[in-house]
Amino acid sequence: MSLSTVQESITKESPKAAENIVFDTRDLNLWYGETHALKNINLAIKERDITAIIGPSGCGKSTYLKTLNRMVEMIPTVRTSGDIKYNGKSILNKGFKVEDLRTRVGMVFQKPNPFPKSVYENVAYGPKIHGIRNKKILDEIVEKSLRDAFIWEEVKDRLKENAYGLSGGQQQRLCIARTLAIEPDVILMDEPTSALDPISTLKVEELVQDLKQDYSIIIVTHNMQQAARISDRTAFFLNGEVVEFDDTETLFSNPTDQRTEDYITGRFG
Amino acid sequence: MVRENFEDKLQVLKQQVLIMSEMAKVSLSQSLLALEQQDQTQAQSVFDQDNKINQIEDDINDQAIWLIAKEQPVAKDLRRLVMTLKVTNDIERIGDLAVNIAKSVLRINNEELPVEKQQVLTTASVVEQMIDLVTEAYVEEDLEKAFEIARIDDQVDRQYGDSIQKMLTYMTQHPSHISPITQLAFISRYLERAADHTTNIAEAIIYLVKGKHVDLNN
Repeated sequence: MSLSTVQESITKESPKAAENIVFDTRDLNLWYGETHALKNINLAIKERDITAIIGPSGCGKSTYLKTLNRMVEMIPTVRTSGDIKYNGKSILNKGFKVEDLRTRVGMVFQKPNPFPKSVYENVAYGPKIHGIRNKKILDEIVEKSLRDAFIWEEVKDRLKENAYGLSGGQQQRLCIARTLAIEPDVILMDEPTSALDPISTLKVEELVQDLKQDYSIIIVTHNMQQAARISDRTAFFLNGEVVEFDDTETLFSNPTDQRTEDYITGRFG
Repeated sequence: MVRENFEDKLQVLKQQVLIMSEMAKVSLSQSLLALEQQDQTQAQSVFDQDNKINQIEDDINDQAIWLIAKEQPVAKDLRRLVMTLKVTNDIERIGDLAVNIAKSVLRINNEELPVEKQQVLTTASVVEQMIDLVTEAYVEEDLEKAFEIARIDDQVDRQYGDSIQKMLTYMTQHPSHISPITQLAFISRYLERAADHTTNIAEAIIYLVKGKHVDLNN
């Protein structure tokens, strides 16, 4: 079974919810041991939108992001209640196969984390795991993914070189290419530009806006200008709660909640 | 409190807008005093004041633009800086209208104004009160006062229409007075425009506080 057939079967089994909501979170609570880290989160994240999550350190935004691909379960003391539906199917059910979820929901991290392998192998890794061995198909996937991540021109002559030789900005775009290679629906990004210089940051931002045509993107960022520049909707998290979730333009120009106003104008604390 | 420095700079800017507003009001008062007393020297002093108003406008706008670039403001901070740019433009225009009034006083050249002069001066007092009221609304961010400006502006508009009608009638009957009365009609128009600029400032205050655009000049 090829990668795309696997994905098609998942998509067929899970028809999209009304209004093309890709992730529908209802009354989500999460505890790390005794610490109540997410409190009654209700968020409906639209398909092919860029959704930004902002908030001070420790507000739960990265935790929330990691519940969307169930990475948060890697911490043993974690407990959750409530429901997250991905394309209409509850992902917190033990019956839901986490491997299927992570095939559909890719993730890019704060620091670029390429494998200690060649540029080519980094991108081909995922498709290979999913059983694609045909060299020609792999070549095509690698080139398309690198092109979609706007890094092909910079690395096309260096495919056999170790990815660690690339600059930080190139490594991050390589990691995005690696995510694209498995053709996910959703890309989760956890502060993807915080370790990059301004030009690399702008390149990644341009890339994110371009990827919106084909993917739903959820991005956690400390950079509020970045959230304002690239996202369609923004959620403001504070102390584990969603204070405000609105169109980015509204949230940054005329927020409803005074706590949002205080945070985005830097009057917080 | 985070961003104390930015907060201080915004306060300084606000004080400068108030100083500029006071300067424009002084200009207007001088031009009206020149009209009342047919005083050509008084009219001349308005021209000097106008240069100072233009200078402070440039200074305030430079500071506001630099703060936008440097502080990357959002929400109410951004609205405050954007409204500062708009408000200084309106105040500067009020200063220009005072200059126009002073020029008309010079053109009247001590000729007799047998009709509507007192009424125009009364309307002028209302416009001066509007400037005081809009200044209070700006300092206190008081929406009630901002909306009150719109109500007073309607009165000024009506009074302007009446005065123009009376002056036209008088000129048809007394063609020898056409030249000075035409200048008085211009002054009446300048005052009506000054009231409109005051109303624009009131709109900017509402935008600052509520984040919504309203049109009070209808």
